[in-house]
Amino acid sequence: MALLDIKNLTLEIETTHGWVKALDKISLTIAPKEIRALVGESGSGKSLIVKAIVGAINEGWRLTADRLNWNGKDLLMLTSEERRLITREDIAVIFQNPTNSLDPTATLGEQLEEAIPDRLVGKGWFWERKQRRNEIVASQLHKVGIKEHDACVSSYPHQIPDDVCQKFMIAMALASEPKLLIADDPTKGMETTTKIQILNLLSRLNETKDLGILFVSHDLLAIASLAETMTVLYCGQTVESGKLMQLRRKPLHPYTKALLDSAPSFRKDLAPKTALNALEGTIPTLQNLPAGCRLGPRCPRAQKECVKMPEVRYIQNHYYNCHFPLHRYK
Amino acid sequence: MTPVLAVKQLYYKRKTVRGWRQAEVDQFVVGPINFEINAGETLAVIGDNGSGKSTIANLLVGVENPTSGSILLNGQKLQYNNMKQRSLNIRMIFQHARESLNPAVTVGNILEEPLKLNTDLTPHERLGRIRETLQQVGLLPDHAHFYRHMLSDGQSQRVALARALILNPQVIVADEPFAALDPSVRSQMVNLLMQLQKKLGLSYIFISHNLGIVRHISDRVLVINNGKIVESGKTETIYSSPRTEYSKRLISAFNTLIDNRVF
Repeated sequence: MALLDIKNLTLEIETTHGWVKALDKISLTIAPKEIRALVGESGSGKSLIVKAIVGAINEGWRLTADRLNWNGKDLLMLTSEERRLITREDIAVIFQNPTNSLDPTATLGEQLEEAIPDRLVGKGWFWERKQRRNEIVASQLHKVGIKEHDACVSSYPHQIPDDVCQKFMIAMALASEPKLLIADDPTKGMETTTKIQILNLLSRLNETKDLGILFVSHDLLAIASLAETMTVLYCGQTVESGKLMQLRRKPLHPYTKALLDSAPSFRKDLAPKTALNALEGTIPTLQNLPAGCRLGPRCPRAQKECVKMPEVRYIQNHYYNCHFPLHRYK
Repeated sequence: MTPVLAVKQLYYKRKTVRGWRQAEVDQFVVGPINFEINAGETLAVIGDNGSGKSTIANLLVGVENPTSGSILLNGQKLQYNNMKQRSLNIRMIFQHARESLNPAVTVGNILEEPLKLNTDLTPHERLGRIRETLQQVGLLPDHAHFYRHMLSDGQSQRVALARALILNPQVIVADEPFAALDPSVRSQMVNLLMQLQKKLGLSYIFISHNLGIVRHISDRVLVINNGKIVESGKTETIYSSPRTEYSKRLISAFNTLIDNRVF
């Protein structure tokens, strides 16, 4: 059974132009032990999906879904306490900006201790519990590759470098031994060597602890080296999803192709200093989304039918939403 | 042929004082930096965070003054009191294009400022130049009336580029120009930069840690570690056979990212 099963998730936000679908019929499944990449540019609603999963949605927004299941339980039907328990115990999130999402007024040690659930500490006198908590803190930090745990524990978020902060966030997320880790752009703005450390750490955790990972990013290099399956988003719509290998070998949606082409490192045959294939225009804002397929105005293959929302079609396990996919003659 | 920009034995030392009784300690040293760049060439600077990449950019555009050494522009030494000579020929694009634009004035005014300070053009000529430059970077003349918040990420990056181009410089120093951009918009910018280079014969000094793009657009690469040039040479040579320990580590890290899945 899938760990997380989302079908036709729609999120509407009220703007001055009326209700706008920020997420439009998103479908996503994560099996246990799967590493799924969620790719999309900024404004494609990646972070909104993460928020919808953990239930951190603003009061005024409308959230509807055919299915939003966690281990067979419908998350939307649960009371907020039950839901909070699931998010606390089983789902962990690494947020986008580590230095900003940590509490600046508390030391890192205090914050990590708070993240350790009581069941892992066990029973005993308060000094025994305290000691055990400290042991867990040290071992968690060692696991993610922070060697000087004493220095790290006693410092404030602004005192340590960004990559250590990121590793610390991962340690904090893993403290409650979750089943699913949602990593929201964990390698943003990192240099290659640190990036590789983080990616290795994540894939090791996936192997040793059977951790499912939802890797949210637009860094295609990182995704290609980590994920098995990939879902591509554009402007709050699922564009294509399937095995990463398949998608890279033969993308069916024009947007996926443009996205893959935008990383020159993928193409060895590309001569230096030649023009890259780029889609024209920019990502539309929420206030003026085009009707139907939202790639429409930028798409080189767009035709009249594209103002209607394309249905989900599939070839084996490769799902795509396009009227004129690349394998079909135009 | 004299190179457009030559940097010779450039040193930069920053002293930080820990307490009022202690002597000046804790030096952050960049140098010696030596490189030359010809017209129409792209030089990329790669290295870890805090290795002094941005300091080099700041030294070139004159934000920081070097402790010793010289920067030669077309064989002529840059004087530190002669800002006009420098700002007419070396321009900079900043990492966060959006934040580098003044939110309170229109794009037209942002672009007019360098013209007022550095040229003797009449207001009418300035307007013409602004229109021309906006078209050059793929925007409309009407964008001159826009404020920062009305522009998308890609557009504000284009405005930043227009501000660099408006004085017809010879060298553009770009400090992580693509880091904040989305992939599809980034390709547009890469194309635009290369197209302008071909047309205007610009030289770029390109600071980045996106090694894939560096490989694509640069002619030569400087590898910087701890403020020192570890290795320099042609892009292909460095990517295919790095010589020093540090650049080997950097390049192999990049290669594992690409190659560890066989497609």
